[in-house]
Amino acid sequence: MVEMSGAKAFVKSLERENVDIMFGVNGGAVLPICDELYYSDVRFVLARHEQGASHMADGYARASGRVGVCMATSGPGATNLVTGIATANIDSAPMVAFTGQVPQSMIGSDAFQEVDIIGITASAAKYNIQVRSPSEIPHAVKSAFYIASTGRQGAVLVDLPKDCLVESGEMVFPDKVEFRGYNLNPHPNPREMDWAATLLAKARRPVILAGGGVIAADASENLMQLASLMMAPVATTLMGKGSIPNDHPLCSGLCGMHGTGASNMLMSEADVILVVGARMSDRTTAKLDEFNREAKVVHIDIDRSEIDKNVETVTRVIGDAKLALQGITERLSRALQTSSKNEEWMKRMEHFRKHYEVPEQPSNPHLKATQVVKALRGALPRDALVTTEVGQNQMWAALYFDVYGPRTFFSSGGLGTMGWGFPAAIGVKAARPEVPVVDIAGDGSFGMTENNLATCVEDDLPVIVVVLNNRILGMVAQWQRLFYGHRYKAVELGTTPDFVKLAEAYGAVGVKPTTTTDFEEAVRQAVKDNVTTVIDVSIDPEENVFPMVPAGMGLTDIILEVSPEESAPPAAQGGRDKAEIVAED
Amino acid sequence: MMTVTTIAFLVENKPGVLFNVANMFRRRGFNIDSISVGALVEPDLARMTVVVDADARILNQIVEQLSKMVDVVNVKRLDPGRTMMREMLLIKVESSDPMAREEALRHVNTYHGLILNIEAESLIAEVTGEPETIDAFIELMKPIGIMEISRTGVTALEKGRLKL
Repeated sequence: MVEMSGAKAFVKSLERENVDIMFGVNGGAVLPICDELYYSDVRFVLARHEQGASHMADGYARASGRVGVCMATSGPGATNLVTGIATANIDSAPMVAFTGQVPQSMIGSDAFQEVDIIGITASAAKYNIQVRSPSEIPHAVKSAFYIASTGRQGAVLVDLPKDCLVESGEMVFPDKVEFRGYNLNPHPNPREMDWAATLLAKARRPVILAGGGVIAADASENLMQLASLMMAPVATTLMGKGSIPNDHPLCSGLCGMHGTGASNMLMSEADVILVVGARMSDRTTAKLDEFNREAKVVHIDIDRSEIDKNVETVTRVIGDAKLALQGITERLSRALQTSSKNEEWMKRMEHFRKHYEVPEQPSNPHLKATQVVKALRGALPRDALVTTEVGQNQMWAALYFDVYGPRTFFSSGGLGTMGWGFPAAIGVKAARPEVPVVDIAGDGSFGMTENNLATCVEDDLPVIVVVLNNRILGMVAQWQRLFYGHRYKAVELGTTPDFVKLAEAYGAVGVKPTTTTDFEEAVRQAVKDNVTTVIDVSIDPEENVFPMVPAGMGLTDIILEVSPEESAPPAAQGGRDKAEIVAED
Repeated sequence: MMTVTTIAFLVENKPGVLFNVANMFRRRGFNIDSISVGALVEPDLARMTVVVDADARILNQIVEQLSKMVDVVNVKRLDPGRTMMREMLLIKVESSDPMAREEALRHVNTYHGLILNIEAESLIAEVTGEPETIDAFIELMKPIGIMEISRTGVTALEKGRLKL
């Protein structure tokens, strides 16, 4: 036992967790911490807004598989972290957020920069802890890292009243913490794996749906092994992208609202669906009532509460996805006498791939987003890492940017946080400085967190931002075109800012290529120079993301294109048509 | 099909846990019919009893979401056939009319209740029983003139050697 200040114990606790980098913004309530960090080797990346810091920590976590750490002061510092906490938590990224708090004597008095961050994050974080004495700090920090990084990973918040940081106490630094109510058993029940294998052995039209859990469990190899054994097409959720390479013959691509025709159709015709580490969100299943009712669903998940939450299962395997896939593969290779060829079913996949190819959209002077995204892939080295913003840019990236391994593609899937991709890319770069990191952005999303350019430049974390600039909130505009009679409202962003000047104002490089060749050249140059570069690419504001399943429709209601009349502006349609379908969100 | 179910669970006896439990129900849109909390022999644990009216899918979600909470130690759906359930009612009724007072006293007696307080214009009685019994008693008292009631919510234990 040793006596020291809470702030000192806090920094010591971080060091004991092998934290080498944290992202945050300083402020009154965390001054004692920053004064201890002054003497520490922990790198502090100063964001320009706490939301950015939280996404940086999230990106760092997703790229490295380690816990990402962010910190903010009390009050507005804390509330600015909330979007990042919710984003990381719903996508099961291991993150710990620390917030300063007013001294305990002032808690509840509506003091300056006091906010009830414990109450606010109660349903946004996996867990939260408010420290009540300096001596509790080592245990609280250890607990936060433990809970964030185990089981179904997530975001944990620790609130640190200033008196607990300033005052001293007797410190015990635990090597291990335990919670009676937090039972972790990653080992799947053998009986459950037997049942799963029996069911899968009988499947004639099997499909695997791979989610983020496959990546979190480091189970990509096991996934591909099982898929090959069964000759089962693998569809992925957005979070599962990268769990199987896009150029793998069994990969059918994204499933869901913007799923590929192959994935959506195979999912709907399957007799057995093996779900691995996915939570069957509405964006993946489309209308639940129409989600394949004939199929027997087998669900592997570390989080028992996900089983039967949205889609009813026939059998489940609770536990670590890697162990579950290994166990099922062993059993299945014994059950299957000869390795399956599944020729009919493979032909069906080929058929869907061809049949649901998205036609080229009519040409005009603008570059096509789909072409830009494909050109980006070609211009980048194979091991480049990519984040996305949210909206059209995200779906174009998900559909047309091929990735070849886990932890190479990062996106805010659950919360759909615009402005996530850029700061997340900074965190990714911090985790993997040796490879190029690109944020595939839209002008709307990038605008939400573009101030982090300062951090890129000042902290030497160079990131390439490709702004698919359509001067509009693209996905919302697409919905207004398709479901609201082309009545644009609150979507047009105009021609500001000038992204080249914006980049230059921050000391970064800005370029504005107008041809695909120039674009590719700009990407190669940015990779070669390894400097923060904003590449502003003008695209057509009317370009739609296809395939698309309108909200409230089933997985097979796939739209591949619209006729010019259907997407004509309201003048041509004679105003509001009462009979038009207004989709649910 | 909706069924009334009693769920009992042990939680860490520390600040904020009741809030977190209630917040989980609110956040997921699960309705609580009644909830009661009390300390245990072990000072670091508390026992909560929740009664919900839900279909099988929601019920399963309630149990799983509770189990998932770090500060919830143990969760159990109580078997109605093996469970003793009790709820306590305090009821204040008009008693200025002697006839009404007589009737109130008689009902309380029938339900094995206790009179806790009698004043010129009102009396307070205590009745304990299963929630349906309490409901029936309240119905009986309505014509007399109920001024105020307070119910504790259900508390329950399973018979025999079963425990949480």
